[in-house]
Amino acid sequence: MGELRLMKGNEVLAEAAIRCGCDGYFGYPITPQSEVMETLMERQPWNETGMVVLQAESEVAAINMVYGAAGSGKKVMTSSSSPGISLMSEGISYIAGAELPCLVVNVQRGGPGLGTIQPSQADYSQAVKGGGHGDYKMIVLAPSSVQEMNDFVDLAFELAFKYRNPSMILADGAIGQMMEKVELSDYKERWSDEEVIEKSGSWATTGKPSSRERNVVTSLELDSLKMEENNNRFQEKYRRMEAEEQRYEAIQCDDAEYIFVAFGTSARVCQKAVEIAREKGVKVGLLRPITLFPFPKTIIGELAKDVKGFLSVEMSAGQMVEDVKQAVFDAGIIRPVAFFGRMGGIIPTPGEVVEALEQKLLKEKR
Amino acid sequence: MIMTEEMIIAGFGGQGVLSMGKILAYSGIMEDKEVTWFPSYGPEMRGGTANVTVIVSDNRISSPVLHEFDTAIILNQQSMDKFEKAVKPGGTLLYDPNGIVKPPVRKDINIYRIEGTKAAIEMGNPKVFNMVVLGSFLKVKPILKLDNVEKGLEKSLPERYHKLIPLNLEAIQKGQEIVETVQTVEVEV
Repeated sequence: MGELRLMKGNEVLAEAAIRCGCDGYFGYPITPQSEVMETLMERQPWNETGMVVLQAESEVAAINMVYGAAGSGKKVMTSSSSPGISLMSEGISYIAGAELPCLVVNVQRGGPGLGTIQPSQADYSQAVKGGGHGDYKMIVLAPSSVQEMNDFVDLAFELAFKYRNPSMILADGAIGQMMEKVELSDYKERWSDEEVIEKSGSWATTGKPSSRERNVVTSLELDSLKMEENNNRFQEKYRRMEAEEQRYEAIQCDDAEYIFVAFGTSARVCQKAVEIAREKGVKVGLLRPITLFPFPKTIIGELAKDVKGFLSVEMSAGQMVEDVKQAVFDAGIIRPVAFFGRMGGIIPTPGEVVEALEQKLLKEKR
Repeated sequence: MIMTEEMIIAGFGGQGVLSMGKILAYSGIMEDKEVTWFPSYGPEMRGGTANVTVIVSDNRISSPVLHEFDTAIILNQQSMDKFEKAVKPGGTLLYDPNGIVKPPVRKDINIYRIEGTKAAIEMGNPKVFNMVVLGSFLKVKPILKLDNVEKGLEKSLPERYHKLIPLNLEAIQKGQEIVETVQTVEVEV
């Protein structure tokens, strides 16, 4: 068993990055995720593992530093919160277009605009549909506990390198700010250039040997036919992610008549709402998507056969609910899919969720 | 018996509300419990209101955000106005009367009073106020063993402050001694 600590989600993220052998972090401070870089600066991992930590002059600079370092095959990351991620979106599109692995963490706050510093999930669509331009996707992981803030750093890098694609951890201010018991991972060595080539081929700009042509890392391709070919390759990769990487947790879904669908902090609230509803005699389960892209639509399609309806619970005006509806529709089944959410930095309470279930689904059925 | 204690600690920033919660949470870990510490965070500074939800449980913890609590520890009037009504029927409210102009009126909860501010000043160090309150909480709700609280203090305080641990333990002891029962209610089974 690893080391047990009481830590904030943001602090754990920094610690996990050091321990998983991350080569570099480039960031710019913004509430509610400033503790990520604060922790890294305090830990001074450049003395310990050689990991670079750099505060850039802006989010735009930070993501382009990530782009450059990722091109050399390094395990690199950045983190920010909603407004900062908007600034980074251009760079993320370039990284996806150049097919490079990296990790971007979004500890979401309420928007639009500067909005509020309180937790929100209103960047769901930006994360899963592509916040930047062009047809690209990120692998999006949604932690719902401080422990998962630890576990998903390594997983996000693993998937990023497997698919040569940017990964995102989509957390929110609550997960970032709260402290829980966490079992930290063991240390992993940073990869050498040779290991990078061995693991993922020689696409990276690690220096050209005479044995091969030079590697070119770019998202630019002015020949439209070739650009379409690139796009076809990207799409094939995204379909492969959809086939192989759908992750979720199903809580008390076996005998459930109704299903909450919720991720991150909302999923924690819904877990309590399941307890309350079951005490009242309503059989409810919780389906918690862990990957938001690829969205766990297969399991939702399967659950749709046996349940009477779904309630998507989000800290937004209703974004993931569209994907839940699509998943039910794709399964060829007609079931009500309702939505309940709070906005602007408000976290719904378990009581509100149960009330929403009663009003939006149970009332009509009984 | 499976234990879950859901509590809110609320008062002014600077009273040690967040650190008291942190020590409770660390003590919980020392006793092999699951813990969640969820603070109000925002632009508030010293003198503004601060609160933290602490959950200690034998089971995996669900929501860090709650609409009702087993225990509310209330240290100023604003928090009393906000959280007296959020205590579960049969639950517990512990408060320091310093600065409270409208004492709690609920009849369906256990109410305890702790003159923590006064006791801390008498001990010569107003900063141990939060530990006096923690002591009185652990007296009325002995959910954690005192040995583990001591370990929790060791874990949550940086080493350079470890010399202050005896003073903190003394404050906890003091809180246990001076907590007053205002009313208790029968717990419905």
